[in-house]
Amino acid sequence: MSATSLVVVIAVLGVGTYSLRFIGVLIGDKMRLSPLVARLLPLGAVALLAGLAATAALLDAGHFTGAARPAGVLAGVVAAWLKFPFIAVVVIAAAISAALRLAGVP
Amino acid sequence: MVNMSTVWRTLGWRVARDITAVGVAVGFVGLSFGAIAVATGVPPWAVVGFSVVVFAGGSQFLAVALVAAGNPVAAILGGLLLNARHLPYAMAVADVLSGSWRRRLFGTHLMVDEAVAFALAQPDPPRRRAAYWLTGVLLFALWQVGTVAGIFIGSAVGDPARYGLDAAFPAALVALLLPRVRERAGLRVGLIAAVVAVASSFFAPPGLPVLLGLVALLAAGRSTVDKSTLVVAG
Repeated sequence: MSATSLVVVIAVLGVGTYSLRFIGVLIGDKMRLSPLVARLLPLGAVALLAGLAATAALLDAGHFTGAARPAGVLAGVVAAWLKFPFIAVVVIAAAISAALRLAGVP
Repeated sequence: MVNMSTVWRTLGWRVARDITAVGVAVGFVGLSFGAIAVATGVPPWAVVGFSVVVFAGGSQFLAVALVAAGNPVAAILGGLLLNARHLPYAMAVADVLSGSWRRRLFGTHLMVDEAVAFALAQPDPPRRRAAYWLTGVLLFALWQVGTVAGIFIGSAVGDPARYGLDAAFPAALVALLLPRVRERAGLRVGLIAAVVAVASSFFAPPGLPVLLGLVALLAAGRSTVDKSTLVVAG
C-alpha cells in the first residue's frame, strides 16, 4: 500500500463524496429522482457492505480462513440481531474468535 | 456558525439526548475503524485523512479493505457507489442547508445518514435545522476522536488476528447494515450480494468480488420507498 495510492484514494473518494452531497443540495426539490433510482441507491450500499462483510468473514487472500474468525463473526451477528449495542457486538465477535484460537481452533 | 445552546433549546432535551446517544455509538464505530485500519497496515496519517476528508463510515471501511487488498481503483469506485445514496439524501434535506454559502459548504460535509434521519424526523423547519446541525457537528467531532483512539488501540494490538480484530470487522459491518436488512428487500439484496462476492473471490481479482455483489440489485423488487427506513449503513 503506497503513500501515493493512499493519497489518491483519500482525495478522489473525499472530493467525489463531497460532490455527491453538494449536487444533491443544489438540486434540492427542483428535480425528482425516479422512485426506482431513489430505492436502488441505498440498497446498493447494502449490497456492497454485505459483500465486504461476507468476504472479510470467510476468506483470506482467496482461500477460506480457519473456523475461529467466522464463528466470532456469527456470534457478533447474533448479538447485533438481538439489538445489543454496537460496541458489544464488536467485542463479542473479537472475544469469541480470540478465545477459540486460544483453544487451538485455527 | 451554529449556536449550540440555541440548538439545544429548540430541540428539547429528549431529541438532544437521542442524538447524543447516537453520537457516542458512532464514536465507537470510529474507534473500530481506526483500530482495524492501522491493524490492516494503513499508516495513521492516512487513517485520520479518511475520517476527516471522506467522513462516511461505510465507505471508509470499504476503501481501506480494498486498498489493503491491492486494488485502489476498486476502493474509489466502491466507495463512490456506496456514497451515491447521499445524493437523494441531500435532496431531501436541501432546505435545511439554505442560507449563506459558508453554512451550505460546511453543512454539506457533515451530511451523514444519521444527520439526515434526525433532521427528517423533526416536524418543522427550525427544528429540522437544529437537529441536522447538532447531529452533524457532534458526529463529526466524535468520529475523529474515535478514529484517533482506535489508532492507538490498533497499533497496540498489531496483528489483527490477535484479540480477534479480524472477526470484529465483519461483525461491525453487519451491525451497521442491520437496520436496512430488517426490511425484506434489504435482506434479499444483502444475502445475494454476500454469496456472489464470496463465490467470485475464487476467480476474480482482489476488490472486484465486492463490486460484483451489486448484481444483487436485480433482486431488489419494485415496492415503493418508505421514508422511515432512510437510516444508516455508515
